[in-house]
Amino acid sequence: MLERLGDRVKKGLREWTDRLANDEQKERLHALARPQNEYGVDPFGYNLDFSLSAVAPFLWLYRNYFRVETFGIEKVPAGRVLLVSNHSGQLPLDGAMIGVSMMLEASPPRAIRSMVEKWVPSLPYVSTFMARMGQIVGTPENCRRLLESDEAILVFPEGQRGISKLWPQRYQLQEFGLGFMRLALETRTPIVPVAVVGAEEQAPALMDLKPVAKLLGFPAFPVTPTGLPIPLPTKYRIYFGDPMHFTGRPDDEDSELDKKVRTVKASIQSMLHQGLKERRGVFW
Amino acid sequence: MRPAVVVTGISGNLGRTLAKLLHKHERIIGIDRRPFLGRPKDVEMYELDLRKKKAEDVFRKNEVRAVIHMGIMHDPRMSEEEHHSFNVVGTTRLLEYCAKYGVKKVVVLSSANVYGPSPDNSNFLTEDAPLMAASRFSGVRDLIEVDMLAHGFFWKHPHIETVILRPVHIVGPTIKNAPSNYLRLRHPWMLAGFDPMVQLIHVEDVARAMVEALRPEPKGVYNVVGPGEVPLSAVMRELGNTPIPVPHPVARPLLGMLFKYRLANFPPPELDHIQFLCAVDGNRWVKDVDWKPRHSMRETIRSIQGD
Repeated sequence: MLERLGDRVKKGLREWTDRLANDEQKERLHALARPQNEYGVDPFGYNLDFSLSAVAPFLWLYRNYFRVETFGIEKVPAGRVLLVSNHSGQLPLDGAMIGVSMMLEASPPRAIRSMVEKWVPSLPYVSTFMARMGQIVGTPENCRRLLESDEAILVFPEGQRGISKLWPQRYQLQEFGLGFMRLALETRTPIVPVAVVGAEEQAPALMDLKPVAKLLGFPAFPVTPTGLPIPLPTKYRIYFGDPMHFTGRPDDEDSELDKKVRTVKASIQSMLHQGLKERRGVFW
Repeated sequence: MRPAVVVTGISGNLGRTLAKLLHKHERIIGIDRRPFLGRPKDVEMYELDLRKKKAEDVFRKNEVRAVIHMGIMHDPRMSEEEHHSFNVVGTTRLLEYCAKYGVKKVVVLSSANVYGPSPDNSNFLTEDAPLMAASRFSGVRDLIEVDMLAHGFFWKHPHIETVILRPVHIVGPTIKNAPSNYLRLRHPWMLAGFDPMVQLIHVEDVARAMVEALRPEPKGVYNVVGPGEVPLSAVMRELGNTPIPVPHPVARPLLGMLFKYRLANFPPPELDHIQFLCAVDGNRWVKDVDWKPRHSMRETIRSIQGD
């Protein structure tokens, strides 16, 4: 019975996706198919059918709720690429919106992979959902494997530090991890800096109840004016920068890698400043 | 007489499949504590325990060109002490004889289970991934130890071609290991909200892989993958099973009780296999022996139900 209910939900969502996307976009979405076996999955567990159903609510958010605008998405090169973005908003909707923009507006359309936290596979339902959508646990081996097969990968080098930062820290980039730079050097992957403006205000967190987070096994427990981190309908602007190519030894000292990482960080920060200057307000 | 290939654990399902495949081309000597039912006439058989002194006679009296070691026991009901002694002492002795009597090729059957399922596993583990299975399930400690013994032997004796095969879950019509038994249940448990990708390989393909391993080229450790990976739910659908979703916090203690009172034959840590990933990368084997499994994914899954 549960299975039948699941199938109905899936069908309903799929129709919603088809309603939200115009003909051209529908074609683009179907072009995202990857090599699948007779059971409809790729070796990582990605399933196009599932993804096209599950993407419906995100399409709606993209169009009608956050009214996403992108700038410079044509700069994303074909082939392997690392999209490096700021991370904010308590819930990882910034990642989802970048993903949808790459599906609808990039040419050719791309289904990006993002690297999820290591605790995600231990969460029921979420783990399966993520896998069918093509999201993968963020181990260096996984990342290397995907880049070598010329995929686009989204990374948030701020990680948890970024997404759960509090209201006063908005638009201030937190410390960047170095792992993405090491992988970029090793696999000769261009890096495209990405700045998301708008997500930083979607769920203003006033404080982080660390003991509660610890009790529940969550990475953070933000308290917002609405209580839960329900996102507000802020307007999203996503800026894509020019691809950056780095050369050097991947096993270099951290200080050397850090210099390279700082140029990426600076580029994101300047796009953030530009975006903040250009916009008229948080909600429009 | 022709130099022989010694096969330990030949009376098991996998051993019999291998013997049928190999006996026309090679002179086979089987060693097992159990009798070999339906033994082809040209297979010589020694019904004995590898730990006994008499096992050395097999090597003393025959010229042995290669050894295939499958005599590894996995029975969750056997006492841990007996388990450990049989697997570890048996393997140690066998490897000693191989070195002492100048065997040229040693093939040891390990398993991809030595890596162990875990939420932070990479999607595809390569041969150099750490063997973590015992960190969550101490019952598999001796299987890891057997793998390590063979690994040590490989380094210590560079002139002997040692091959360690780590195949994914072996299934087949008569196989009675944990994955086959689990998939044969009409209403197997699944952990609610978890649907990991699984890798299965047909028993005949594993037997073929061991025959391939006798060739001179392969050396070292290899993951052996069958026709690929599928979600566990797809396997259930293919077999027509109706799984029961059980919330994972409840499943462990419940299965613990059932196991204790012998109402279930799966020790609770086995639940990790239906919750987390333990998928391996078989590319090294594909490259070195030009490996292609004969059985498709559908045939492999259906083989669980028998003919």
